[in-house]
Amino acid sequence: MTVGPAGTTEATPDRRDDLAAARGPQAAKSSRRKRTPGWLALLFLLPALVLLGVYLVYPVVYSVVRSMFDSDGNRFVGLNNYGEAFTDPSTRTALKNNLIWVLVAPTVVTVFGLLFAVLTERIRWAVAFRMVLFMPMAISLFASGVIFRLVYQEDPELGVANAAAVTVHDAFAAPSHYPGVRLRDGQGTVVGDGDYLTAKTYRPGDVVNLPLVGMQATALPPGASGAITPGGGSTALRGAAWLDVALLHGHPNAIDKVEKGAPGLTVQAVKDGAVVATTTTGADGTFSFPDLAPGDYRVQLPGSNFAAPFRGLTWLGPGLVTPVIISCWIWIMTGFAMTFIAAGLAAIPRDALEAARVDGGTEWQVFRKVTVPLIGPVLLVVFVTLVINVLKIFELVYVIAPGASQASANVLALQMWQVSFGAGGGDQGLGSAIGVILFLLVLPAMLFNIRRFRRERR
Amino acid sequence: MTAPTIPTTDDLGGPPDPVTGSPARGLASRVLGRFGSGTVQVVLVLVALFWLVPVLGLLFSSLRSETDNADSGWWTLLTAPAQLTLHNYSDLLANSAILQSFGNTLLITVPATVLVVVISSLAAYALAWIEFPGRDWLTIGVVALLVLPIQVALIPIAKLYGGLGVFGSITGVVLFHVAFGLPFAIFLLRNFFSGIPQDLLEAARMDGARELTVFRKVVLPIGLPAIASLAIFQFLWVWNDLLVALVFADADSAPITVALQTQLRQFGSNVDLLSTGSFLSMLVPLVVFFAFQRFFVQGVLAGSTK
Repeated sequence: MTVGPAGTTEATPDRRDDLAAARGPQAAKSSRRKRTPGWLALLFLLPALVLLGVYLVYPVVYSVVRSMFDSDGNRFVGLNNYGEAFTDPSTRTALKNNLIWVLVAPTVVTVFGLLFAVLTERIRWAVAFRMVLFMPMAISLFASGVIFRLVYQEDPELGVANAAAVTVHDAFAAPSHYPGVRLRDGQGTVVGDGDYLTAKTYRPGDVVNLPLVGMQATALPPGASGAITPGGGSTALRGAAWLDVALLHGHPNAIDKVEKGAPGLTVQAVKDGAVVATTTTGADGTFSFPDLAPGDYRVQLPGSNFAAPFRGLTWLGPGLVTPVIISCWIWIMTGFAMTFIAAGLAAIPRDALEAARVDGGTEWQVFRKVTVPLIGPVLLVVFVTLVINVLKIFELVYVIAPGASQASANVLALQMWQVSFGAGGGDQGLGSAIGVILFLLVLPAMLFNIRRFRRERR
Repeated sequence: MTAPTIPTTDDLGGPPDPVTGSPARGLASRVLGRFGSGTVQVVLVLVALFWLVPVLGLLFSSLRSETDNADSGWWTLLTAPAQLTLHNYSDLLANSAILQSFGNTLLITVPATVLVVVISSLAAYALAWIEFPGRDWLTIGVVALLVLPIQVALIPIAKLYGGLGVFGSITGVVLFHVAFGLPFAIFLLRNFFSGIPQDLLEAARMDGARELTVFRKVVLPIGLPAIASLAIFQFLWVWNDLLVALVFADADSAPITVALQTQLRQFGSNVDLLSTGSFLSMLVPLVVFFAFQRFFVQGVLAGSTK
């Protein structure tokens, strides 16, 4: 299905001679005119040969030679540049990252491609779906890089990845409304994970004051109403948590008229170090534990009340930048793999599948025993193509990784450019060595292609 | 007339008859049967959204002012359409440096495409239909060069250009693109040309037509679909290039990608410029992609090794 055989070409000379012989001298004359144009072939090929020779063949030779000279190109240094390539930390990082890329990215893309090719086989809008996934192939790597820099902006107000992460996170763990707020000094002690535990103990029927400081009244959750002290006469342990602003004529640790309750706080009753009851403050900041057994209790405000809100991940920081760039590459290449594999699937003879089904194979068996072996060569071609592509990756890293984390995201193709042409670079000896290393890395793929080509011609 | 060397499957279309009456055909229908076609459809819609949303983000960012982009996410445009503005675009199109770089992109892309088509179709014809010693080895040489990394040539050609005094010129960039486009182009066309029925060529040759006439009158018209694939592919490849131009172009010959990448350092404060410029630079490839999608897909399928 990929690159068809060219068998017809091989047959050309014999048939031509046969034809010539059959037609006698007159035909033989015209046949001679056909057989001579070896020089004509050269004429047809000349521009291509010159360009290929100058731009592709000569540079390989030059690079190999140049890689054995120092940065100025004056002194022969043998294999020192290669030694440096494998010891210099930034080139080693590049090698390590290239390894991660090769191990992860082509496999993921091939699997995605197969999955989507199979799933869309019977979908009405398969054409639209495949077009959407294929579209990134038309876009420049530069633009794709800009697209994903936008996606992965760290501020969840700006980057859609973190916006989604925060939304999902907050759906499971409600965000705290009181980041950085604390109990007024002297009212409690911090224990464990930033939990506030009252210093005094209380009994059912007591009223607990929990004055909070460390935030603006305007930052209170909407719906917070004026704080009140719960009335007496109850046997429940109860109290109020409120924002104790203590403005001008106000009093610290007492509820003033203008002060507002702190709704939505988790409050716990603790007995002998164990939490025995949990409740939440109301709009006016009051809470109550109605059913406590007699005894001494402390009241605790868990630290989760005051946790800083989840702001998403630092996608473009040194730790995550390589997976992020890989995700962008997956976004670009999956359409290619899917299209290629879908064409292969469509070329599988229906008869083979039907025969296997008639023989009683389950769909899974048919897939494993018939489809996969038939599609296997296509998967291999896709995989090899992707590996070659991965080894040459440059633009995505250059664009997506911010200056600060570019060193962590480094890959050989980028390192080669930086060493040879980038700021502070100019070591063309080392640059040539990295170029040659890249060439050696694609060499197996080159041999794979040649073998495939020769096999298909037979 | 069919061309055996270019995949003639439905490309993006898949099997021609999406929903036949016959049950339980193909793995997909089994999966559909198990999870319900609804589930698969929902999953595929989500996947498609994953592919579309990033592009929408770029488009929306380009349609919002600098301050809006610094204050809130692009998706707020959906709820606050008042943010919509073409200001970034008018700014960008009033920027002569950017305009010049767009012009340079064209000046680089068009000749690089035309030259590759001309040179490679001549060479492919010779490899496919003219007998000469060493033809097979030459063809294998072209196959070998398909995967050669550009990086290998950067330093040697920079050196060469320095010596010839063409460093930084548009000509230098174009020729580099032409040369590196050739292996794929020759490979693609040779395969297509050699699939042309021999009788057609023989008939033309019997009439005493010269090779050049056979090439022009027989091979080129028949090979047009493959040439279209090649031209589109080469066009997109050169249009989208950053690396080659980064090395070989100077300030006056820089294409749009190179002009924009200088703004990357202050990404946050340049979102308006970068998103607008990127989107404009994407427009031509996207139009080409949607208009000639069939040829594009064929080119990708045939030249998997690029």
